[in-house]
Amino acid sequence: MNKLRIGKNWLYIPLVAMAVFYLIPMYVMLVTGFKSFAEVDLQTMWNLPNGIHFDNYIEAFSQLAPSLWNSFIMVIPAAVISSMLGSLNGYILAKWKFRGADFIFPFILFGMFIPYQSILIPLVIFINRTLIPIGLGGIPALIIAHIIYGIPITTLTFRNYYASLPQELLEAAKIDGADMLGIYRYILLPISIPSFVVVLIWQFTSAWNDFLFAVVLTGNRSWPITVALNNMAGSQIISWNVQMAGSLLAALPTLLVYIFLGRYFLRGLLAGSLKG
Amino acid sequence: MSRDKDRYLSILLISPSILAVLIFVYGFIAWSVRVSLSEWKGLRPDYTWAGLKNYINLFSDPRFQVDIRNTLIFTGVFVIGSILLGFFLAVMLDQGLKGEGFFRSLFLFPMAISYIVTGVVWRWLMNPAEGDRLSGFNMLFSQLNLDFLINKWHTTENWGIAAIALAAIWQMSGYTMAIYLAGLRSIPDELREAARIDGASEFQIYRHIILPLLSPVTLSALIILGHMSLKVFDLIIAVAGKQLPLDVPAIYMWQTTFDGLFYGRGAAIGILLLISIAVLIIPYIRFTLKAEAQQ
Repeated sequence: MNKLRIGKNWLYIPLVAMAVFYLIPMYVMLVTGFKSFAEVDLQTMWNLPNGIHFDNYIEAFSQLAPSLWNSFIMVIPAAVISSMLGSLNGYILAKWKFRGADFIFPFILFGMFIPYQSILIPLVIFINRTLIPIGLGGIPALIIAHIIYGIPITTLTFRNYYASLPQELLEAAKIDGADMLGIYRYILLPISIPSFVVVLIWQFTSAWNDFLFAVVLTGNRSWPITVALNNMAGSQIISWNVQMAGSLLAALPTLLVYIFLGRYFLRGLLAGSLKG
Repeated sequence: MSRDKDRYLSILLISPSILAVLIFVYGFIAWSVRVSLSEWKGLRPDYTWAGLKNYINLFSDPRFQVDIRNTLIFTGVFVIGSILLGFFLAVMLDQGLKGEGFFRSLFLFPMAISYIVTGVVWRWLMNPAEGDRLSGFNMLFSQLNLDFLINKWHTTENWGIAAIALAAIWQMSGYTMAIYLAGLRSIPDELREAARIDGASEFQIYRHIILPLLSPVTLSALIILGHMSLKVFDLIIAVAGKQLPLDVPAIYMWQTTFDGLFYGRGAAIGILLLISIAVLIIPYIRFTLKAEAQQ
């Protein structure tokens, strides 16, 4: 690690310039959100606010609160259940290879890349025929869609992690008389907490940020935040400072996760390009 | 035998997931293919055989031609832009400067945000209003005396989609930076040192040693970003709504199916998208798993 040499400090110039570029949208979102209604003018959008006003956040929150809530109650079960399924699948595919396991794995993987437009019509018909009649339309349907289409990526991440663990770990437990579920429960599960964090964050973020399933599977009352925000932005009567405040509210949960658990976020990201 | 019991139990426990993927991915794809070969339009399902009619009609459909053109422009700008920017950011961050972690987190944070939020904010930044109603980036350019940069962004005739690709680059270049940085970190320092001793300049080291070693990373980035750009949907909706000049296959599919009730045509667009993505992704999955098996 002898890369630090004098004369590389000039690199801070492009780095800071790029940092500014990445922060511009955040700046506008924050600054505009804190302006008073009287200051709202596109011509002064780069100016700092005259004092901190919460009017926009209050207004945005009062409009978006139901859909923020919808997103929370949708995302949490979706992330938890798909992580548990992924962990179990990954364990079996990595450590209990049955005949055909290596053949099945790429078929599961392909599912994480498909454009959902290619399954959307059957999905909507399926939900209309089976879930809506038993009262599981809207949010429950969205949860089910996120769980099912989350199986490939969660399985991949856990499989790669479990595959990296030495087989001796299992053999020792088997000699001690542990069965398949015992090994999982008492040996693998406790050491896979970091992988759970990675997968939970990943599923939380993708379900929170999803728009396509949300816009097709939910209606007025069950809109998650992405759909509600998009509708708010498309409306002519809602002023743009409220839209900016709304954008920040919509971005805040995943941003907070990123700020506090960024390391795990990055690992999930790299897993998403197939390499664990 | 308890081994056999474990074996059966593991198959039993994984079957629901395999079954779900089988039905919801492959079964539904087959179902979509069937819809795409039907006359179905309107609320009531109609599986009357139509052969390839929906596909043939699409290729002579002016709207779909706009879609293909827009997808190509978007893909070109987005993929090349994200790869170049991500690569240079990674190289800069690999120099061992202080504050590396801070910059890395900063370049990556847009990935945590939804395309909808990005789109809503960028729509105001890319406000195309002219004259004394100048705002957003254009106003910034004007104040910095960079008037030649003032443009109509996503409302530019024919090339508006490229402006949307800029917002996508903002969002995704952190990803390419992250994978390039991981790639750079896996190159042993000795290789660079050896080249330096042989008198190679820093530029030559990157050009002749590092870039070739990073080509698998570049290939992954091309495929992952390329497949994302074929699917682009939310970002365009959030910046511009459903406007014909900024149309792409994903939006056309959504609109024609759920607003227009042209199910046959919508399914055909979905399947064409799937085929174009499969061409990229299937070799990628095979290659990655083969490389993994060899390790």
